[in-house]
Amino acid sequence: MSRNLVRTIAVAGATALTLSMVACSSDGGDAGDASSSIDCSAFSSYGDLSGTEVSVYTAIVSPEADPYIESFKAFESCTGATIVYEGDKAFSEQISVRVQGGNAPDIAFVPQPGMLQTLVATGEAVAAPAETESNVDEYFSEDWKAYGTVDGTFYAAPLGASVKSLVWYSPQAFADNGYEVPTTWDELMTLTEQIAADHNDGLTKPWCAGFGDGASTGWVGTDWIEDVLLRTAGGETYDQWTSHEIPFNDPAVVDAFDTTGAILKNDDYVNGGLGDHKTISSTAFVDAGLPILDGTCYLHRQASFYANSWPEGTTVGPDGDVWAFYLPATDPDQAKPVVGGGDFALAFSDRPEVQAFQTYLASADWANERAKATTAGGAVSANKGLDTDLLTNEVDKLSVEMLTDDKTVFRFDGSDLMPSAVGAGTFWTAMVDWTTEDKSSEEVTTQVESTWPA
Amino acid sequence: MSAMVPVVEAGGRAPELSSGARRRRGNGAATRTTSSPLATVVAILIATVWTVPTIGLLITSFRPQRDISTSGWWTVFANPDFTLDNYAQALSGSGSSSMLDFFVNSLVITIPSTLFPLAIAALAAYGFAWLQFPGRQWLFVAVFALQIVPLQVTLVPLMQMYGAIGIDGTYWTVWISHTIFGLPLAVFMMFNSIRELPPALIEAATIDGANPVQVFLRIVLPLATPAIASYGIFQFLWTWNDLLVSMVFLGGSARVAPLTVYISQLSGSRGSAWYLLSAGAFISMVIPVVVFLVMQRYFVRGLTAGAVK
Amino acid sequence: MAEKFGQMLLAIVVLVAVVGVLLFLASLARGKRGDVVRSLFFVGPTIVLVAVGLVWPTILTIVQSLRGASGSGALSFTNFATIFTRDDLRQSIGNTAIWVLLVPLLAIAIGLLYAIIVDRTPIEAFAKTLIFLPMAISMVGASVIWKFVYEYKPTLAPQIGLLNQVLKSLGFETQQFLVNGPWNNLFLIIVMIWIQAGFAMTVLSAAIKAIPDEIIEAAKIDGASGWSLFRFITLPSIRSTLVMVLTTIAIAALKVFDIVRTMTGGNFGTSVVANDFYSASFTQNQPGLGSALAVLLFVLVSPIIIYNVKQLREAY
Repeated sequence: MSRNLVRTIAVAGATALTLSMVACSSDGGDAGDASSSIDCSAFSSYGDLSGTEVSVYTAIVSPEADPYIESFKAFESCTGATIVYEGDKAFSEQISVRVQGGNAPDIAFVPQPGMLQTLVATGEAVAAPAETESNVDEYFSEDWKAYGTVDGTFYAAPLGASVKSLVWYSPQAFADNGYEVPTTWDELMTLTEQIAADHNDGLTKPWCAGFGDGASTGWVGTDWIEDVLLRTAGGETYDQWTSHEIPFNDPAVVDAFDTTGAILKNDDYVNGGLGDHKTISSTAFVDAGLPILDGTCYLHRQASFYANSWPEGTTVGPDGDVWAFYLPATDPDQAKPVVGGGDFALAFSDRPEVQAFQTYLASADWANERAKATTAGGAVSANKGLDTDLLTNEVDKLSVEMLTDDKTVFRFDGSDLMPSAVGAGTFWTAMVDWTTEDKSSEEVTTQVESTWPA
Repeated sequence: MSAMVPVVEAGGRAPELSSGARRRRGNGAATRTTSSPLATVVAILIATVWTVPTIGLLITSFRPQRDISTSGWWTVFANPDFTLDNYAQALSGSGSSSMLDFFVNSLVITIPSTLFPLAIAALAAYGFAWLQFPGRQWLFVAVFALQIVPLQVTLVPLMQMYGAIGIDGTYWTVWISHTIFGLPLAVFMMFNSIRELPPALIEAATIDGANPVQVFLRIVLPLATPAIASYGIFQFLWTWNDLLVSMVFLGGSARVAPLTVYISQLSGSRGSAWYLLSAGAFISMVIPVVVFLVMQRYFVRGLTAGAVK
Repeated sequence: MAEKFGQMLLAIVVLVAVVGVLLFLASLARGKRGDVVRSLFFVGPTIVLVAVGLVWPTILTIVQSLRGASGSGALSFTNFATIFTRDDLRQSIGNTAIWVLLVPLLAIAIGLLYAIIVDRTPIEAFAKTLIFLPMAISMVGASVIWKFVYEYKPTLAPQIGLLNQVLKSLGFETQQFLVNGPWNNLFLIIVMIWIQAGFAMTVLSAAIKAIPDEIIEAAKIDGASGWSLFRFITLPSIRSTLVMVLTTIAIAALKVFDIVRTMTGGNFGTSVVANDFYSASFTQNQPGLGSALAVLLFVLVSPIIIYNVKQLREAY
């Protein structure tokens, strides 16, 4: 997990609650054209902010950043404030330098609750104003509010969210081979076996995977483990694991590693089009799903934002070149676990214009503005005021569908909740050692446990 | 080291070296250089190994996106398929900012960031080499040893300082930072050349009544030109290709950020947009290569030759 | 745009004015102790800048390294204990040593050999540009270039990495060059040699050109040629430049982390001290441990410094 998971491609993170389908947008769905007359009545409460500037620092760069910049325009033209947006790929490394150097942005979009805690610990962050908090109380679930809360003080409203529990596949290839989308974990494993038996050319495998991402190599592996653990052990154990109430090498966790290993460490099942299981950690995560396009791989577990990694000209949708299905639960009638991520707006200044903007970002108005500005997907958030009819993208719609299921058990990406030394350190390297060096599940989990900060 | 060193006859002077070289010639007009066949083979081998990867990137930058990740770049020789789309897309960029802005920013950042350390280090190098003052050796060692400091550890203290004196967010932060980071190596490189100058020259000038400042301006600077020029090239390259310093002190907006920021953002938040990155890499390479070629003329042979009798 | 260039010109004017004032003040110094006063103006600016920008942060780093993993705890040596007990960090130290040995030696050997061979040939400028090019390529570009050299695909699949295409053409199985240790370290080191050889070549070439023709010609009259000319004339003449280039590249190799970071992320046993410093400081929220690793770099550079001091003593 890393800055790569700061995702604009957001997906509604409903917990046990369903998204209310009530549109709260101030005006009907006209297509976010900045020149069209904007109804400023919704902005009157923010007052006149003419001549002020709010700097926003994020990991989201163009083109993904364009809908964000577009979605701020209503706020800018109605209040008179200017939003200075800055995207930086090295955000997660540079934010602490800027904060400590006395050069903090007004607002940072923080992609991980763990990082949020670290930034609050610097003493430079400012708690959210009451108006922002009441917006969050109104539009977000308790769980989402809790991610933005440090030691009982509420700091940061959730912005977008992304979902990880998806398996990408080619509907055409499935149809050609007569494969069905599996609905339980057992069916998934049966399908895996079936594909392996049907395609025995040494190159084609059922699954393809890639953990590679430069200095962040390994995070894809942590997502796998989190997804599987939530399925094999359930939400309660998952929470104990992320909060270190149970050790990292608890038998339940080792078991999740072994369950995952049944796929990822079996050379009959991986790594389609890319080699054997030792290539997993050296394959860039953005390229890892591409063998699906040339038929050497059939299944690729990766988050919703992978929709943006397909080459230009690839259609994404139920009838397209590629599509995704929900990574099956062990017993979908009981619960449908979903692992996801999200980002949060943390302020380092309490100037009125900054507080006004924070409050606006936590409103249903902004969630809908962003949905209108987003054409390429990535406009879902956990905001209950989001009008889902505004979503244009198939992946967004799928995500909402998944999440509005009343059996959904949502959990935040576990490595994002752990201390950085583990969540952005030894957990990542453990996934690499586990695949490339064939270290056992016990060995790598014990190694991670030994590095957990006191 | 190989023992195969070519026999180079004096004379044959490459045309691009002729400007400004005051050379006394042993045997007149340009005779052809001869070198052993083996040396030629070695040179061609090195040049090939050094160039092929880059040629691969050049070819890649003209290939359609889909081809790049499915077949090797060498397959174009068998079935050529070229496009200018990558360059068009890299030049037009994403979002609202044009590449020209970033290009100008790069120049505005790089030129002072090159000249500052050049001038300040030239002064210091002369001081360390030719002035007598207590502790000069230790100070000199300390200065060049500071090359080891990873610049990441200096970012926070520098930023706090810039904030305290009220220049945060201006180009001065980047100019000063690059100067500080460049100084240890600049002093080290120039000292090396200035120290090598024939003492007889300096003495002769002093006897003629020149004070040390005049010696510095009239003798040391002209004679140390090759060293200063070569360091200038490198400092230019490092600042031109720097991403971190400008990102930290100036940020990534089109108002102030250099070309490297633009290139790094071509591929979006994620995605290995090889097709864009390869085109972008070549676009940003143009200026440094031109600078190298222009500066070549300062690498003149035997500037001091003939001065020592 | 005009405003930006205006700022730039202003900066250059300021620089010229400052240097002018410094030289003017230096020229006022008189008498026996004149050099001491003059040195204030010649050396002073550099000392002030590096003291503020490099020495002070170094002191802060050393203090932080002695205050636990968080860098803000009680005074202790725990970070250094961590460095020498964690296997991965111990391996980084070993890898760093290999980098510091191989990169300078090979980059200089290749750069010097090439500089001598192409010296005075008609195509010298062109030939040197070829080797210099890698220096002009940004790290982003270099990592893409080498991806297309080392990229692995199964033997059965079409290759996009040049080296594996060569292996496949020769009938061998394709290799994961960046994964299979310990050789993967060597493949990363090659990238740095590829970049640094241009630096070595440029500086050494300038040094070779500074050798007075008279000396070369006199040696030739005495019958020196080829190897002996190199051994007894060229090498001694460029010795101090060689030491300088060796030192510079060695320090660069000590500090290198972007090659490792972009190509393997420090995985597969390829991490180096500077990469671990960066990870601990900036991604793993252990600034104290990161500082300790930076201090380790300061310690590792000392043999290079001592060697230089010896050389200086001989030269001064």
